[in-house]
Amino acid sequence: MTILASNNVTKRFGGLVAVDQFDLDLQELSIHSIIGPNGAGKTTFFNCVTGFYPPEEGEIHFNGTSLKGMSPDRIAHLGIARTYQNIRLFSNMTAIENILVGQHPKLKASLIDAILHTPHYQKEEKEAHEEANRLVRFVGLVGLGDHLARNLPYGAQRRLEIARALASKPKLMLLDEPTAGMNPQESAEMMRFIRNLRDELEITILLIEHDMRVVMGISEIITVLDYGVKIAEGPPEEIQRNPRVIEAYLGRGAASGLGQNSI
Amino acid sequence: MKKRFSSLLERINERFSSPIGRWVLIGIVVGLILILPMINFQQRAFWVRVIGYTGLYIILGLGLNVVVGLAGLLDLGYVAFYAIGAYAYALLASGHFDIHISFWLVLPFAALLAGFAGILLGIPVLRMRGDYLAIVTLGFGEIIRMLVTNLTDLTNGSQGLIGIDSPYLFGLELKTSTHFYYMIFIFVIIAIFVTQRLDRSRVGRSWIAMREDEDAAQMVGVNTTRYKLLSFAVGAFIGGLGGAIFAAWQGSIFPDNFNLMVSVNVLCLIIIGGMGSIPGVVIGSFALITLPDILRQFADYRLLLFGFLLVVMMIARPEGFIPSRRRQLELHAEELAHAGPAEITTEGGA
Repeated sequence: MTILASNNVTKRFGGLVAVDQFDLDLQELSIHSIIGPNGAGKTTFFNCVTGFYPPEEGEIHFNGTSLKGMSPDRIAHLGIARTYQNIRLFSNMTAIENILVGQHPKLKASLIDAILHTPHYQKEEKEAHEEANRLVRFVGLVGLGDHLARNLPYGAQRRLEIARALASKPKLMLLDEPTAGMNPQESAEMMRFIRNLRDELEITILLIEHDMRVVMGISEIITVLDYGVKIAEGPPEEIQRNPRVIEAYLGRGAASGLGQNSI
Repeated sequence: MKKRFSSLLERINERFSSPIGRWVLIGIVVGLILILPMINFQQRAFWVRVIGYTGLYIILGLGLNVVVGLAGLLDLGYVAFYAIGAYAYALLASGHFDIHISFWLVLPFAALLAGFAGILLGIPVLRMRGDYLAIVTLGFGEIIRMLVTNLTDLTNGSQGLIGIDSPYLFGLELKTSTHFYYMIFIFVIIAIFVTQRLDRSRVGRSWIAMREDEDAAQMVGVNTTRYKLLSFAVGAFIGGLGGAIFAAWQGSIFPDNFNLMVSVNVLCLIIIGGMGSIPGVVIGSFALITLPDILRQFADYRLLLFGFLLVVMMIARPEGFIPSRRRQLELHAEELAHAGPAEITTEGGA
């Protein structure tokens, strides 16, 4: 079943077409990667899905609901969460507080509840705190929960960002280069972790990634973007052999020269 | 000197950051404040006025702290809401229009009116950040001051409004500074209570998240439009409350009471105390409002000395006297009722 469908999505910045008539059919519970050279429009597409940049043309449907004209916060409420290429945490809040903010769509407390500490509010807060603590454990940040996000080591910040995204119990998670800056061992662990998100928590994963070991190891479907245009789509083995993909990455000529060794 | 001053503050901070130490300190301060008007000493009337006035600024500081400290919206026109609250009470409880409504009825109305003005100011500045927001709010403050100066039919212009009614409490007319001293004290406690609860709630967390990264906050589901307006409204509500109390205490108000310096002072006391920190607002108010009066004995050198202290303070401790501290929320394994599937980790990273 399709969870996210992008039809003919185009996003322009002045004269530059960042995403050009892009179609994507994302199957529920799949792990789907978008790859492409720098500036291919991958992150721009993420920004279109999350409502940060409304596309000029085309439409994106999530579970059958059109996302047209929706603000990012409403889209978050529908069950889409994301992480950023350059980690964007709430730096001066603790790890736990970051996760609590992530739970925002799941909580209901209003200003009045907060001032009066109604029984309903106290129950909700207590459960939210417990849930946040569980997530701290889940991503392996035990003992770091009360540290300010900006004081955490890099790897921990990455995991905290995922925990914050998980806190809203999303159905779809957009991960923008989750293994950037990690060594091979850390990347392998991150891959296992992402697969667990899908297998255990039943979250569909849409991934942007440059590390080909990760992409080829984890993806079920890969979509290749170049200059905003989709140039290939298919399972990893097929993408690895696709001459247009090799050309996009290494330039014309390289495709014939290098053949199918690696991308 | 910078180092020594800073480490001294650090030591004081450490000493009073244990729960017992903190409550002892709060108890001493509250006790001193409560008994001050009862002690018979020569300058009692002066001190009651100064500390009462400081309390009024604590209320204003707590209100603006919601906007600047928590939500991160730089508002330089906060005095506007103070003025709206003051004029609302003065017009509805004085001989000017010969309307005399009870203080306790007008007070919530004045605060709500200011809160509404906060939303009105908020709507056009929703998309602005940083310096631009500061300039527009600065203009808003001036607009309100110009309005009360020039709408002479309504506000009596620069002649001001005089003969404002005193509040009555169970038949007792509240008219002396000591009465207002205690009344302000109670409102300070309420304001601390309310803003602290907000700070720790879903609402406060959303504000702080917005301050830290507006886009990311929106991406996790915070309706930034609503929360910005909410912070303007809450801040303005508290400012309006302070204004109404001020008008009732003074018995007369003039447009000059609501000049830019009020906004600047309130903002400064937040910065000096520590952005987003409630104890910081209290300390900042004493430093900025009480201290200049203590320095009165140095007569002409007063402001020079005061300015010097501010500069030293900002060099030695730019984060403020009592920087905002986040609460410890991590539970230990045994406190966590039913720990989830903690086995799936990406341990070994970092």
